[in-house]
Amino acid sequence: MMGSDAVRIVVQHPIVWFARRIFSGVVVVWAAATLAFLIQCMLPGDRAQIIINVTSGNVGPASSAELAAINAKYGFDQPLAVQYGKYMLQILHGDLGESYQQHRPVAAIIAEQIAPTIVLAIAALLIAWLIAILTTLFIAGRDNIWSKLLNDAQVFLATVPPYWLATILLVLFAVKLGIFPVIGGNSPIGLVLPTLALALELSGFFGQVVQNEFTRVLEQPFVTSARARGMSDFGVRLRHVLRHAALPGITLSGWALGKLLSGAILIEVVFARQGLGGVLVAATSSRDVPIVSGAVLISAGLFVLVSLIVDLTYRVVDPRIKLT
Amino acid sequence: MSQGRPQPVPQQPDLLTVDSLRVSFGRGIAENTVVRSISFSLRPGQCLAIVGESGSGKSVTARSLIGLAGRYANVHARQLSFGGTDLIGLSDRAWRRIRGTEIGFVLQDALVSLDPLRRIGKEVGEGLILHGAVSSREEFAQRVIALLKLVGVPEPETKAEQLPHQLSGGQRQRALIASALALDPRILIADEPTTALDVTAQAHVLALLEETKTRGKALILISHDLAVVSHVADEILVMRGGEVVERGTAAQIFRDPRHPYTRQLLDAVPSGRPRGSRLSPSTIVRSPKQQMQLPLQSLPKSRPILLEATSLVKRFKGPDGTLRAAVDGVSFELRSGETLGIVGESGSGKSTMARMLLALDEPDEGAVQFAGRPWTTLAERERRARRRSLSIIYQDPLGSFDPRWTVGRIISDSLSSDVETRRKRQERVIELLDLVGLSKALLDRRPLELSGGQRQRVAIARAIAPNPAVIVCDEPVSALDVSVQAQVLDLLGYLKDHLGVSYLFISHDLSVVRHISDRVIVMRRGRIVDNGATDEIFRNPQSEYTKSLIAAMPRLVRDRRIGHSATILEEGIA
Repeated sequence: MMGSDAVRIVVQHPIVWFARRIFSGVVVVWAAATLAFLIQCMLPGDRAQIIINVTSGNVGPASSAELAAINAKYGFDQPLAVQYGKYMLQILHGDLGESYQQHRPVAAIIAEQIAPTIVLAIAALLIAWLIAILTTLFIAGRDNIWSKLLNDAQVFLATVPPYWLATILLVLFAVKLGIFPVIGGNSPIGLVLPTLALALELSGFFGQVVQNEFTRVLEQPFVTSARARGMSDFGVRLRHVLRHAALPGITLSGWALGKLLSGAILIEVVFARQGLGGVLVAATSSRDVPIVSGAVLISAGLFVLVSLIVDLTYRVVDPRIKLT
Repeated sequence: MSQGRPQPVPQQPDLLTVDSLRVSFGRGIAENTVVRSISFSLRPGQCLAIVGESGSGKSVTARSLIGLAGRYANVHARQLSFGGTDLIGLSDRAWRRIRGTEIGFVLQDALVSLDPLRRIGKEVGEGLILHGAVSSREEFAQRVIALLKLVGVPEPETKAEQLPHQLSGGQRQRALIASALALDPRILIADEPTTALDVTAQAHVLALLEETKTRGKALILISHDLAVVSHVADEILVMRGGEVVERGTAAQIFRDPRHPYTRQLLDAVPSGRPRGSRLSPSTIVRSPKQQMQLPLQSLPKSRPILLEATSLVKRFKGPDGTLRAAVDGVSFELRSGETLGIVGESGSGKSTMARMLLALDEPDEGAVQFAGRPWTTLAERERRARRRSLSIIYQDPLGSFDPRWTVGRIISDSLSSDVETRRKRQERVIELLDLVGLSKALLDRRPLELSGGQRQRVAIARAIAPNPAVIVCDEPVSALDVSVQAQVLDLLGYLKDHLGVSYLFISHDLSVVRHISDRVIVMRRGRIVDNGATDEIFRNPQSEYTKSLIAAMPRLVRDRRIGHSATILEEGIA
């Protein structure tokens, strides 16, 4: 009896919670790696043939001698289980394979391209939050023309596809008005339009979620209590309500960052930005599978990391929650 | 502007003058007047009580006094002034200078009136920062600790760093009062400050309010419970439907109530009436038109044991990770046709025990036998068929209903599957509604469209639908107004006589338990400290704890001596 209780107490320790999260994260990454492996060997078409075509640029069938050489080089002639084992071992050593086309390690290709993409996604997340919080602070629970307009704007933004928005922004601010460069490269000023294109959709979405909760919390007795102490309406909104209203949004941020990373890939192509987007699009159209599956693996890892950060943030904002 | 009402010559000028206050919501044809023509005045050191049931307009009246009646409220008055300042049409900025500094307001329901994400100290001292009353961090901390000490929160240094959910209900209520007292306002308005508190916590809060009054503060106390206000109030306004039906000094109201509604409110207080007597005036409980399928049981002399608990133990993990026994070796039996009252404060283990009796939680040790056969030791599959014989009525019926279901469906769902045809089920539901005194017009209503009393009646109808032998009532009247509480208690008494069910009646309210129970168990920290026939327990309690509970019981004080200590509210029992 007491033994099992002792076990329960140990299991609920924060360090154990952390360890369990790490473990389940590893399982997720392992599953993604397996999926990435399966993508490589289950795709239609002979892999050796694809490699020859990708490398040479020809489309015709290759001779059996050529195929055999490639098969031997990449180990495709070995049983699937052995290939899987080797693949996993490689991953453990940080080796994600080699690009068919560029003949360079996939890990290196992704590493040099991923930074701009992550910068873009995180910038978009922050801007989306900023816009959502600012608009909500001013419009939630108020019944005037501005709140109606901004609320409609939020709904509109939440429903518009980001690549469409990207094109509109590009035409309006870069081509017609010339405020921002059409092709930004990696300068900070060039980051503005792509970030907005990504962030606006999400800000509408966040705004609606936060506003919903905000309106509910505004009616709570503890808010009236604060007013009865002489707090101003804006003070109440900022100091009491916002924290509560942000909670569901924080939960969604993990999911949002995943969405932003995939959205960023599209936006990068629209704005001709450097980043993972260009590489992935090229790799997919040329069937450079190792790069695609490497990207799958990296995004799985990122996802695990982000959801861990989100959980920790949630616990900072809501001190009632213990690590369990 | 001021129209002099005949008033005793004031020793001090009025702090607050309210003349013909009228509050309505909405505009035009949608306008709904909730307070009509209320007038009163308040002097320092005086306590005015506004008494009424939910919907009487007492809370709206109180909120109008600090300009927080709501965004859609229209507040009109011939005069509404505080210390010479006209409060009508005051700007928001001007209101903020009064709120907290001149008028402190304690909101109804302390459990949700403190921000759950902020530490108690920050919340209590918020007014100090808002009105620039402290200049340093250290001063702030000192003032907060002093405030918590003033209201009697134990270990103020620790509690200031804790979150609201880590404090007990009584402590939260006191912290909320502390936050209203932070800037030493001249008027304190407290809206239902003791509702939802245990008797001892209630007695402490009342003592605190009385102490505030003796410090020269003016007090407005809002309550539905005459027994509570009888200890502190100097003047009482009885409100009903937005109007004052009776006003007078406390002595007048309690000794010689004029208005029938005031008498009805006084009669509804269980501690003021002989045990088991009818509390509600009209015959709300009608006799059923047709004979029920349930036989009128004549009880045998030797009543068989229905529920028998033997050495029940249930442990939970505490906040520090250690195990704590919520129920610690409890044994008792419930006999057929009997009402067993279980009294205890929050955290005494009453509800945990109820869950074990219902076999919703498995006891860590010990077992429950039901009708002489094993119960908690069975597998759920074997238990299911007999579950119908054991019903439950919860404190909050709304939370136990599917909000999308109609009343008809809620009750019908609990009927035995023996009632086969749709029509028979419908007839039976109408019978049950009739039995609990509800019209069949309510069949298609949904829970949110019912009043609190109607909801609890539907919950009772649902509980008796499967012809249970035992009904576990977990705080069934705690959330109800006194007069509705009186009706529900009368109904439960009627159903017991009529259907021969046994009740296990769990409550923190001693006067209610005393009123309805044949036998009483007093629980504290998971153990039984007293157990016996109701009259015996109340006349001659064995444990010190029971004695202190009985001493703290709020009951009508019809003749209050001035300046008595409110902690010992009244000695002896009527």
